[in-house]
Amino acid sequence: MNPQSTLPPTPAALPPKTGDPGASTGRGRKGPRSEVRLFAGLGHVALAVWAVIVIVPILWTFLAAFKNTSEIFSSPWTLPAELRWENFGRAWTKANVGRYFLNSVIVVSCSTFLTMLLGSMAAYVLARYRFWGNRAIYYLFVSGLAFPVFLALVPLFFVVKNLGLLDTHTGLVLVYTAYSLPFTVFFLAAFFKTLPSSVAEAGLIDGCGHTRLFFQVMMPMAKPGLISVAIFNIIGQWAQYQLPLVLLSNAKDKWVLTQGIADISVNAGYEADWSGLFAALTIAILPMIIVYAVFQRQIQAGLTSGAVK
Amino acid sequence: MRHGKYPFVIGFLFVPVALYVTFVIAPYAQAFQISMTNWRGLSAPQWVGFDNYRRLLDDGSFWKAVQHHGVLLLALPLITIAIALFFAFLLNVGGRSSGGQRQGVWGSKFYRVVFFFPQVLAVAIIAVLFQMVYRPNESGLINGVLMKLGFDPVLFLIRPNLALWSIIAVLIWQAVGFYVVLFSAGMASIPGEIYEAAEMDGATKVTLFFRVTLPLLWDTLQVAWVYLGIAAFDAFAIVAVLSVDSGGPDGATTVLAMEIYRNAFVYSKYGYASAMGVALFFLTLTFAALTLRLSKRESVEY
Repeated sequence: MNPQSTLPPTPAALPPKTGDPGASTGRGRKGPRSEVRLFAGLGHVALAVWAVIVIVPILWTFLAAFKNTSEIFSSPWTLPAELRWENFGRAWTKANVGRYFLNSVIVVSCSTFLTMLLGSMAAYVLARYRFWGNRAIYYLFVSGLAFPVFLALVPLFFVVKNLGLLDTHTGLVLVYTAYSLPFTVFFLAAFFKTLPSSVAEAGLIDGCGHTRLFFQVMMPMAKPGLISVAIFNIIGQWAQYQLPLVLLSNAKDKWVLTQGIADISVNAGYEADWSGLFAALTIAILPMIIVYAVFQRQIQAGLTSGAVK
Repeated sequence: MRHGKYPFVIGFLFVPVALYVTFVIAPYAQAFQISMTNWRGLSAPQWVGFDNYRRLLDDGSFWKAVQHHGVLLLALPLITIAIALFFAFLLNVGGRSSGGQRQGVWGSKFYRVVFFFPQVLAVAIIAVLFQMVYRPNESGLINGVLMKLGFDPVLFLIRPNLALWSIIAVLIWQAVGFYVVLFSAGMASIPGEIYEAAEMDGATKVTLFFRVTLPLLWDTLQVAWVYLGIAAFDAFAIVAVLSVDSGGPDGATTVLAMEIYRNAFVYSKYGYASAMGVALFFLTLTFAALTLRLSKRESVEY
């Protein structure tokens, strides 16, 4: 942002700083250096432009959340004339954002907990115990990674319906958990394999049972892996849209945040309550910014963990 | 590890496997079965063989959706990877080197944090956000500026030949940061001496990028391509929320997931929707197999 900073260091200042004699003696040409300057200059512009493209829509939404409808239309690019907090009140209570938010928190905390518990139990047994059928069960779980959820959508709806779990949070939690298991088991099984077996053997010799060994020795040792997968699951389940859309369609009081906001955006068109919609969006986005600001490192590691095998 | 092993193993596996088989494996298996019936939910399903698949071949919306997946499949990975690679290179090796340590340009950390953020947001939320950004009158973020400057508003989501690209742009907006971080991790594991040696031989930044970074990053690129390809076969949330009439105008942005949802839960054509699901499954599978086969080459050891 500061134009001064886009200037590369002056050539005179560079050689003493590099502390590597080979670098300065090796090239006598002027080409690379001016090329570096051009590249860095253009690069800075590109980076700054992209940062603006990412930040501006979000910032613009936050500002619009304080405006009224006529301001949104007449001056979309100015600051709000006054801070209209009532927009948030209207979104929170009248448009039910508060309820949707709470529902999301309930569903995601239950399903992530269940996913981590069941996923780590299965992964641990599959990674560290030899028994008949081990490989078959492992591949059964991993094969789930290859199937698109949409293939299963129709039968899944009827499975949930026949169990009497349609339009319930329990149903959604169980389905989230089941669909999170393939990645969780795949990732954690690889992680449990890397843990040293000497600790486990020592525990067993000391008369520690298998179950206690798992909960009191292995789980704490696997903490870094568990945290990565937990973050991956929380973000993924929080963002779910299609499953709640299908499984909670007739119970509006049980809807999760994504579904609720999408619905508010449809209704905003009829009721012309655009400031309410902007406020609802702000309520959905702002907590993510705060969580991201605090756990930024862990979140980046967690979300990319799937790709770095 | 002998005593009491089996009760323990069964005890730990029973619940996860039961849950997984009930909600994941059984529905997948049933999908193939239902796709061979004319089931509409009320009466018992009747076996119709491959009729649904034959009807798919004549279904205009199905082919439109497949075509859109083709566009998505090329545009989304190509553009996202190109932008992300460029940024990752700048952020990691774009700056000067000091003491043999490669450095990114000034502000690398800030950019990485900002770029990644959209990945944390739900696609449905982003879709609503961009509905506002793309609004066709002066209340939209982009058209608000354009109209102030005296231009005609751009009808991003309403013009059929622009709608799909407007949606692709949002997907790219969200994805770039993730791949910047992913490629950064890959670039960080490339030893600095390789760059040093190349620079001593007079290699420019551009040469460095194409001759050093790109070949050594091949495996990561392959992973990125597969991920983005899988995303290109989904795109349900963004199309359902952002586009006009969920897949419109007039089917100009529809995708298979949207058609499956519509056929199943609006028209109650469960058999037909399942046939589309099976088609989607085989398309995804073909893509994955092709990618792995075509991109296979000797990885460079370092």
